[in-house]
Amino acid sequence: MFKRLSVLTKLAVLLAAALVLSTQFVLAQDGVTISITGVSGPELQWVTETVKPGFEAMMAAAGTPVTVDVIDNSNISGEDLKQQYVLDMSVGEGADLMGFDGFWLPEFIDAGLLTPLSELVPSYTEWEGWAQIPAGIQDIMSYQGQIYGVPRGTDARVIWVNKEILAQAGLAEDWQPTSWAELLDGARAIRDNVPDVVPFQLNAGVAMGEATTLQGYLMALLGTGTYIYDYENAKWPVRSQGILDTLALYDTIYNEEGLGNARWQLAQNGRNLSFEAFANGTVGMLIEGDYLWRSILNATGDFPMENRDARVGYVLMPAQAAGAGWRGQDFVTASGGTGFVINGSTEHPEEAWALLSYMYSADTLSALQTLQPRIRARLDVPVTGDDVMTSLVTDVLPYTQIRPQVADYNAVSEQARLMTERVVSGEMTPAEAMEAYAAAVTEIVGADNVEDLPISQ
Amino acid sequence: MQRRTTLSRPMSLAFISPAFLLVALFLIYPFFSIFSMSFTNQALTGAAARNPQYVGLDNYANLFDVDTWMTRGEFGSSLWITTQFVFGSALIGQAGLGMLIALLFFRRRDLVRHVVYTLAIVAWITPDVVIGFAWFAFLDPTQGTLNNILSIFGVPAQDWLLQYPLLSVIVFNTWRGTAFSMLLFTSALNSISPSYLETSQVIGASRWQQFRDILFPMLQTTIATDLILITLWTFNTFTPYLLTGGGPSYQTELMSIYTYRIGLQRFEFGRGSAVAVTVMLINLLLASIYLFISRTRKTR
Repeated sequence: MFKRLSVLTKLAVLLAAALVLSTQFVLAQDGVTISITGVSGPELQWVTETVKPGFEAMMAAAGTPVTVDVIDNSNISGEDLKQQYVLDMSVGEGADLMGFDGFWLPEFIDAGLLTPLSELVPSYTEWEGWAQIPAGIQDIMSYQGQIYGVPRGTDARVIWVNKEILAQAGLAEDWQPTSWAELLDGARAIRDNVPDVVPFQLNAGVAMGEATTLQGYLMALLGTGTYIYDYENAKWPVRSQGILDTLALYDTIYNEEGLGNARWQLAQNGRNLSFEAFANGTVGMLIEGDYLWRSILNATGDFPMENRDARVGYVLMPAQAAGAGWRGQDFVTASGGTGFVINGSTEHPEEAWALLSYMYSADTLSALQTLQPRIRARLDVPVTGDDVMTSLVTDVLPYTQIRPQVADYNAVSEQARLMTERVVSGEMTPAEAMEAYAAAVTEIVGADNVEDLPISQ
Repeated sequence: MQRRTTLSRPMSLAFISPAFLLVALFLIYPFFSIFSMSFTNQALTGAAARNPQYVGLDNYANLFDVDTWMTRGEFGSSLWITTQFVFGSALIGQAGLGMLIALLFFRRRDLVRHVVYTLAIVAWITPDVVIGFAWFAFLDPTQGTLNNILSIFGVPAQDWLLQYPLLSVIVFNTWRGTAFSMLLFTSALNSISPSYLETSQVIGASRWQQFRDILFPMLQTTIATDLILITLWTFNTFTPYLLTGGGPSYQTELMSIYTYRIGLQRFEFGRGSAVAVTVMLINLLLASIYLFISRTRKTR
């Protein structure tokens, strides 16, 4: 039959066959490749320029050559990054090492997408680094007693202030509000004395994702002495005076007194707009993590600010009143935490673990610390070269609370964000918004897992 | 090989099989997969990802739960928003504007007609992301082109996407898709014999009378076809997501955006499938209505 075909057709068939066969050779390449993704900014630079050459040289010298494939997906973050991870991992794909936010762990683990280190690499316990990482930090990458990766460190949230604007508003240089009333007074002073400036930014709304919950809602809620989750009873408070007071604070800031820019809470790119405005010197106070200081306003950040060190400082977020905050504190802060996990469907767990433990050895991590001073996981790699970051560790971190490492947290957080958006946009009153939150969360977690706390009105 | 005037049965099937394989793989299999998934609580994250349970009609019951379904961000609200969107941008917007342009220009061959048609077609064929970004910039409250133009006339700058989200999105979609209706009606109008219009002009009929008594009755099948197509397309369009993301506060959450949020941002595949099946049934209903109407017209 082959002979009957024309010359051209024969050539086409042969070419097709050659193409198909050649792919077999490409696929049968040997050599282990470990891929790593989920890093951006200085960390991406560190992985590409320090970690990759160092690790490859080390493994080659040991006679087991490994190639490190650094996948640059730094243009996406947050919810979009999580979406990419879920879609990749649910079909058994994805990089071997992934930069991962700690509070995503419960959902991924319940879905069977991640495997504990004890199953992937039983020899992980021999690593020297564990002794240098405090148990509280290890918890960031743990779930139900098992650890799934190495934590990168933690962070803290404060009210970042533009010192020039505060001075113009007539506030003292060492101004530190000790209650919500004093904080609002400071915002009013800015509003009345400094024109064309947004006095106060407290994240709200659905568009900012988890940034609303962690930098906005929880920072206020912790100040009322309650939290989004009741650890003692293992239930979710859905009605409480704390929630009402928090929503009233949002109402005051955005609707009643014009102390914040409501548009940023509703627009798609609102978070970036608020960062840009702060960098341009048109925002008085903004609650954010140290992320703002070291990744946004710094010289190589997204929105570099001129003369940042002289113009920007921070004050602690006060509780509603002295002693009324979470754990009876006068001030509050919240911490997130990220780390690196090993993909449950990796083909080379031993090599992936080798790369991870190499990355977080004291020497390699110190190289990152010089690029970007930050609160690292290891105690033997302290913050150096940045007074603000050092003071965050000593002065702010002691007040902190992490988010509940519980499977339903994400869904409940989404409802909390929606609740703040409804109040800020004027669609519902605080009481109505809280009722809607209660109904939605009851549906998500089940009536057995919610509770009402006393309301004094 | 022997020459035959027709192919034998086995040979015909063999020729169809590659195309049929593609259809089966990409249309039929996903359809049944989605249909069966809508009766489970399948998800990509959480415990339901490992052990999806059969939940019967619970997903559907949740969609149509009368107590909550009209709150913004729920299925009922999304359905109502999509209905308004289709009515405004497809039925009135695209069909109306397309008909208007066609009526004004179908007999002309001059430069103006060419410019108008080219612009309309460019608006239609430019890729979604480019158009989405262009309109996002166009409607920007502080530096947007629209506000700049309006300020010349003394109209104060508005925050279009946040204060008038549904209206912005309707205008956007009208602008985007008018070309199709315009082209369809133009070719239909050109197929009408000019003698009808000339005769009516001789006896002194006005333009409106010409349209109402001659053109409109002759165009009824075309109008029906056009309305089916653009209704179905507009019902399922996703591009407004690039302008508003479904917001603010879910005020422009069309069915496609709602399905995306449930299925690919909350990863609740079971629920998302139930939404998809419901949307398909609604589309089927709309198409049946139009076919019924056009069939009754034909039998007259």
